[in-house]
Parts: sequence; structure tokens; C-alpha cells
Amino acid sequence: MTLTLKEVEHIALLARLELTQEEKERYQQQLSDILDHVAQLQALDTSQIKTASVVQPPLARLREDEALHGLTTEQALKNAPSAEKDQFRVPPVLD
Amino acid sequence: MDALHTLSLKETLQALNDGQVSSLELTRAYLDRIEKLEPQLHTFITLTPELAISMAEAADEKRSQLKKNGASMPALLGLPMAIKDVLTVNGVRTTCGSRILENFVPPFNATAVQHLLDEGMVVLGKTNTDEFAMGSSTENSAYGVTHNPWNTECVPGGSSGGSAAAVAARLAPAALGTDTGGSVRQPASFCGVTGIKPTYGRVSRYGLIAYGSSLDSAGVLAHSAEDVEIIFRLMAGFDQRDSTSIDRPLEDAGCAKASDIKGLRVGVPREYFIEGIQPEVEARVREAIAVLKEQGAEIVEISLPHTEYALPVYYLIAPAEASANLARYDGVRFGLREENGGVIDMFSKSRGKGFGPEVKRRIMLGTYALSAGYYDAYYGQAQKVRTLIKADFDQAFERVDVVAAPIAPTTAFKIGGHGDDPLAMYLEDVFTLPANLAGVPGLAFPVGFDGQHLPVGMQLMGRPFQESTLFRMAHAYQLATDWHKQSPSL
Repeated sequence: MTLTLKEVEHIALLARLELTQEEKERYQQQLSDILDHVAQLQALDTSQIKTASVVQPPLARLREDEALHGLTTEQALKNAPSAEKDQFRVPPVLD
Repeated sequence: MDALHTLSLKETLQALNDGQVSSLELTRAYLDRIEKLEPQLHTFITLTPELAISMAEAADEKRSQLKKNGASMPALLGLPMAIKDVLTVNGVRTTCGSRILENFVPPFNATAVQHLLDEGMVVLGKTNTDEFAMGSSTENSAYGVTHNPWNTECVPGGSSGGSAAAVAARLAPAALGTDTGGSVRQPASFCGVTGIKPTYGRVSRYGLIAYGSSLDSAGVLAHSAEDVEIIFRLMAGFDQRDSTSIDRPLEDAGCAKASDIKGLRVGVPREYFIEGIQPEVEARVREAIAVLKEQGAEIVEISLPHTEYALPVYYLIAPAEASANLARYDGVRFGLREENGGVIDMFSKSRGKGFGPEVKRRIMLGTYALSAGYYDAYYGQAQKVRTLIKADFDQAFERVDVVAAPIAPTTAFKIGGHGDDPLAMYLEDVFTLPANLAGVPGLAFPVGFDGQHLPVGMQLMGRPFQESTLFRMAHAYQLATDWHKQSPSL
């Protein structure tokens, strides 16, 4: 199968990835090749098969709901590209 | 005493415990060797010499204190090790081989790292890796390629290529790695060292920066099954911070039982000996299986019929999980921020600039596989075929105790050898992916060389939580052979 350039742009938008024109064209070709390769899975009849999202039982569990020490505000903000008044700073979300 | 870097990990611990060497002497010896060889190998992204020296001094101090009090010693007190740069070490820059985390300094230790620090490990530095562990050659690192110590024109494999090359060149007695689709085993094979990918759930993933969460495992590389088992047993254990961690006690150490592998059944899957495999790889692996037979193991030909589907299944599931996991790199809380307008613009620009080509490719692939209209056909179908792959192993382990197979179709290839052909690179992983998809443990170790004197490895895969059987068998092999004792001339 061949992805169109428009589809590549749509995927990039969903993934929030800014791509150059050259990248879009390269990924159009490479993703099409990879999708051709994985298409062989369609030939298998899996109508009776359950989905394996977790391979080792028991399934994921939650710990007891007890308060534990986490990061301090200072630690949490230490790697922030921009912070102000104990908060992460971001550009305007609404115009 | 021999030059310190030639000692095995076990011998090194003995020398520390006997007082023949201090941690400071040992750590300095490794730092000196790193300084000498690093320019030609480039195994580290970040070296931490000052930290290493201060940890070594503290370890020596602690040793003399404990000795005075007659107290028992932590298992690794004063042992220097290297850590793949996708596992966090508190206060040490962790990049994941990516520009997007160039300045990220984690405020916490990965649980596996914490266990080893509690036992007295000294940190030499953070080793090179394909960006976010996505790759099979370490060429996808944003910080330059690592060179294979056996032939510096060749790749070390990947993604734990820095760790494998560092161990092979004896820049560290052991190094931590991670394995999502073969990233411990394949570089172990290319560099001629021993490495474990534990059972999924055996070692905590907390602090292993996520790539494919249902596949990621933290492991270790060293020079022998014995050395690897020592570290593995200390890393393992249940962790409340990892919701897929499993509370299951370790079995008795396998290497202690290696003198007898009589009656253990070794399955040889016919699907792993296919056309296109380098003849010397097949020959060395078959010779190694013959050695196991001589020692009393029973060899059984088996079939893992869905092996050929592991590649397409993996290259849907892993990118799908990656596309979700890597959504966190948006320029808000940590990592690179590129800003020139609104918040959506900041997300796209930061990610476009911060991620390298392979990571972008997998995010795109995963986003597509999870997108509306394609989810069932791609991701859903892949998960179902994954069930079939796991069932293959379940059935095989009713008949055999371990499965023996090649690790990669070839020995180490030339740097740049796969050009810009992602599919050709993905095919390198064809024999390692099934263990990750099935969640079973895999142990890689050297079984000889090809005509270019590049190492060939073999893997043993086992029942879930029976790593000890793999160690037992590999140790028996290593008692009978000396491939694991060979070192590259540097």
C-alpha cells in the first residue's frame, strides 16, 4: 500500500511532529514499505484468538492507596524549560 | 595480581573482599583505561569520574567501618559499573541518546539501579544507546556511534551497544542494558559478551525510560554467565512502582548447579535456521548445541511456527506503545522546548527538532497503527498474533526446558552498512523479538568467531521466571569452552 503525502501530514499532525518537506517525502516511502511488510499479518485467521496485552499474569495491579513521599516542587520543576511561581510556564493555550 | 581490568567480576569482588585491592584503586584503573580507549570506541555518552571517585572512597570507608564492627558486607561494595543511558541515576544527566533530553537530570534512581547502589555499586558513567533504545546498531544515537572493539569499523549492535562494547573492551566489569526487542542480546552477540534479558516483570521498569512498555526489560551484560547472574539476582524483585512487576521469589542460583545438565532438554527451533543466515553463525550455534549434548543435555528439534510473524507484530506493537509513551516529550515539564507561537506549535516544533529520524519514524508508524479506522486491522491484529507467538513458546516448554537459537542472522556489520533502509535494519531483530513478545527470558553468550574474527553469539530462551536454568546451562557451556574469556586486542 502507498500512503499519500496528505496522509503522512495527517499522521504528523496527530503525533504533533513538525516535519520538513524532505522528511515527509522520505517517510511517505519508508512507512509505505513497512506497512507492506506488516500486511502479511492480515493473512492469519485470528477470529478465535484473544488479544494479548499483558503477557505475564497476574494482570497489572494497583498498590494500596497510601500517601507516599513524591518529588518536591523544586525537584519537579528543576528540569522545566520555563517555570514561574512554582508552576510550569507555557505559551498561551487560548488565543 | 593480574591487571585489574582482566579480572572477572567474581574475581574482582573477591579481590575487594580479600583486601587485595581498594575500590579507589580499582575505579581509578577503570577510569584510566576508559580515558585511553574511549577516543577510539566512544562507549559512553556521559562519564562521571568525580562521582565514581567519591563513591569509591565512600565504599572503602564503609568497608573499613563494617570490618571493624564485624558486620556483613554489601554484595558489590566498591564495584565500578557502567549504566545504559536510558536508566535513571539520581543527579546524573540521562539523555536516552536523544537531543530532546540533552539537559535532563533525573531526580530519582531507577529501581534496578537503586538495588545495585544499595549493594555498593560505583557508577562510572552512562553508556551510549540508540535514541530511546530504538535501533540495532547504536547508529541512531544523537551523540555519535559506538565502535565495536573487535573491529572498530563495525557497529557494536544495539541498542545497548555502548554497554556491550564497554564490557568487551574491559572498560567496566559489567554494564546495565535494556532489551525491548533484542537490545541486550544482539549487542552481546556482536561484542562477544554474556547478557540477560530477564522475564518480563522480573526486574522493575521504574526509571527505565519507557519505549515499549509491554516489552521493555532491564538486563545486564558482563563476561560470563556467573558474572551476569550475580548482578541479575540483585536487580530483580517486586516493585510497587511498576504495575507490571511480579512478586515471585528467585530460584536458587543456576551457576551453582552447572556441573550437571544431564537430562535437561534443549529445543532447537527449525524456524531459526533459515535461508539468509550467515553460514558461520549457523555453524557456531550448532557446534555450541553439540557441546551441550556432550555434557548430557538432550537435544530435541522443535517448531515455533509463528516465528516469521514476530517482526511485523513487533513493528506494530512497539511503535504503537512508543507513540503513546513519547507523547510526554512536549516541551512543558522537561526536555527541549522550541517556542514560536502558541502551545500546539511548541509541541510540534520541540518534537520535530528534538527527536531523530528513527524515533520520528516509529512515532509516525505507531500513530498510524493506533489511528481511527486502522486500529483493529493493525494494532488489534498484531496483539492477537502475539498471543499465537506466546502459545508457541508455551507448547515448546511442555517438551523442552530451554530453546537454543542464533541471536542475529549475521555477525557485526559495518558502520553505515544498512544506509537509510529501516526495513533492512529491522530484519536484524528477527530472532530476538519473539522472546520479548512472549515475555520469556533470554540469555546471550559467545560461542566462537566468524572468518573475520567477529564474535558469534547464541541465545537460550527459557520458561518465564526460570532464568536460573539458562544460567545453569550457559555456565556449563562456559566451563567447557573459553570463548567468553577471549578479548579484542586494543
